[in-house]
Amino acid sequence: MATDAPGPALEFRDVHITYRGRDGDVPAVRGVDLTVAAGSSLGIAGESGSGKSTLISTVLRLQPKSATVTGQVLVDGEDVLGMSFKRLRALRWAQASIVFQGALHGLNPLQRIGEQIAEPITVHDPKAARGDVDRRVGELLEQVGLPAARARAYPHQLSGGQRQRVMIAMALACRPRLIVADEPTTALDVMVQAQVLKVLTDLVDELDLTLVLISHDLSVLADVCQRAAVMYAGRVVESGPAADVFERSAHPYSRALAGAFPRIGDASFRYAPSGLPGDPPFPGDVGQGCSFAPRCPVAREDCATGTLELAAVAEGRMAACRYPLVDDRADAHRGDR
Amino acid sequence: MTSPALEARDLQVSFHTGRNTSARAVDGVNLTLMPGQIVALVGESGCGKSTLARALLGLQPLAAGEVLVHGQALPTSRSGIKAYRRRAQLVLQDPMGSLNPRMTVYESVAEGLRIHGVDREEERVAEALSRVGMRPPQRFYTRYPHELSGGQRQRVVIAGALVLEPEILVADEPVSSLDASVRGEILALLLRLRDELGLSILIVTHDLGLAWNVADRIAVMYLGRIIEEGTTEEVLADAKHPYTRALLSVVPEIERLEPIVLVGEPPDPARIPAGCRFHPRCPVLQGGLPDEVAARCRGEALPLLPVQSGHAAACFALT
Repeated sequence: MATDAPGPALEFRDVHITYRGRDGDVPAVRGVDLTVAAGSSLGIAGESGSGKSTLISTVLRLQPKSATVTGQVLVDGEDVLGMSFKRLRALRWAQASIVFQGALHGLNPLQRIGEQIAEPITVHDPKAARGDVDRRVGELLEQVGLPAARARAYPHQLSGGQRQRVMIAMALACRPRLIVADEPTTALDVMVQAQVLKVLTDLVDELDLTLVLISHDLSVLADVCQRAAVMYAGRVVESGPAADVFERSAHPYSRALAGAFPRIGDASFRYAPSGLPGDPPFPGDVGQGCSFAPRCPVAREDCATGTLELAAVAEGRMAACRYPLVDDRADAHRGDR
Repeated sequence: MTSPALEARDLQVSFHTGRNTSARAVDGVNLTLMPGQIVALVGESGCGKSTLARALLGLQPLAAGEVLVHGQALPTSRSGIKAYRRRAQLVLQDPMGSLNPRMTVYESVAEGLRIHGVDREEERVAEALSRVGMRPPQRFYTRYPHELSGGQRQRVVIAGALVLEPEILVADEPVSSLDASVRGEILALLLRLRDELGLSILIVTHDLGLAWNVADRIAVMYLGRIIEEGTTEEVLADAKHPYTRALLSVVPEIERLEPIVLVGEPPDPARIPAGCRFHPRCPVLQGGLPDEVAARCRGEALPLLPVQSGHAAACFALT
């Protein structure tokens, strides 16, 4: 790597997050190391309870009060977990911002959307002139493909896709370099999802932003991101170039996740939905060895023993599996049944 | 020739949206579900697919047209409707919302039996739970929904539908609220129920991948009309209608066609455009068509598609 390469925009170093519950502590994230180079994009895949949303909430130190976080979360090399609240306020919106899922709940129903987009701008620059703020709001709306005049609309006057675009405009308001999008298209139809993803990726290219995209749909991540990480039971179980993770998954769990979204036109998926027996483990309900072993179609006896670490399986690819599925078959992503 | 298990003929459903205005949510639909067939009704939110499904179950008053069950008109009497609802069951999207949180698994599954006064209750509940893979069933009897996983809850909902031994199952987005690794199990269950019990299943979904996984035939709906219909292979591997082609092009996948991202929002059933209802967003029309075809797109009403007559698409540019 060239010596003048920029440092990573975001780095998780041995992050552990534990929720204090009534029935004891629940470990939601159990040791995650991830690096996102400036200007690149990382997708994080995983199902509910995998810890992916908890993990990314730490980027802006938004984790719930009941959570204890250890390790380091570095934004532009600076540890978010240890910084003063004043420094944190300066970082939120201006350096990094999050687009949350469920735009319906993220917007105030009683406030015009223009005022809501303007809020982070005026919080960061209380002396900003009204006219400049309005101009910036109009510019942001146009960037996400909405007419500037829509600033006067209330959230209920917009469709789901339009509201999600407003959320993106808001996240961009203070010109951050890092955008984290948590399931930004989950509740949307396929065509509206395509529109929103296009707006997001065009902006990331145009403004040279760093993007972290969270989704349960590995095919969306493979489409949008350069690299992908798959989480299961609070850990990263596979990481690598997004297309490889999706098409030639090394970890049996990634392969099952990829196979859950069939390739239309591929005859081998006809009348053959692929899934896994059982359910994702309840956070904290993990024993020794590989936490995926109880559901794994190719588990062997020793999988339930010892400890597992992420290890290199190929150039730039890691998997936490004793028997990774590395091969170059074109149809490798379709899952084992 | 066997008669269809369920059939819609020129079906219309309207909703009042104001004193003198109404929205035609379903605006003339022909649809057929043959015995033992799995048909996927696909389309975006607001296209009328859920309203159509409800109308087929007698849960929605019709503005025009008719629903036929094995060639007979849907009964209108109270007792007739009650008997029909035993034969045709609905499974909804969100299992947490369709299960009563204060009822045990046993009570939820037995509820339909009690409403219809069916005998041998325990035996039937046990059988339905076993059939959906919850074995041994007795282990689940006293559980409450919050003690179950998402996949288990959806199995309980399906067991509650199966316990009445229906012929027809209408499943509205049956896996969209479930985790990816659990989806496949529920879809495999639907396929197994069709094979073992000969159920006829209508799946309402916006998910084309799901349709490719399990459906025999596909009907694509846009703004209250079926715009393309055929076998799953015909509709998804050889799509004709510009709307179907656009939908397919944006399914996230690697190595695919150039995505055709339609501009604008899904249109409003209160203001249906003249001519082909897709024409304001149609990429083929925008790309240029001979004047006489373009004039038909903008002004001439399209005839309804006939039922299960091979592969058909409602589009002037194709004729």
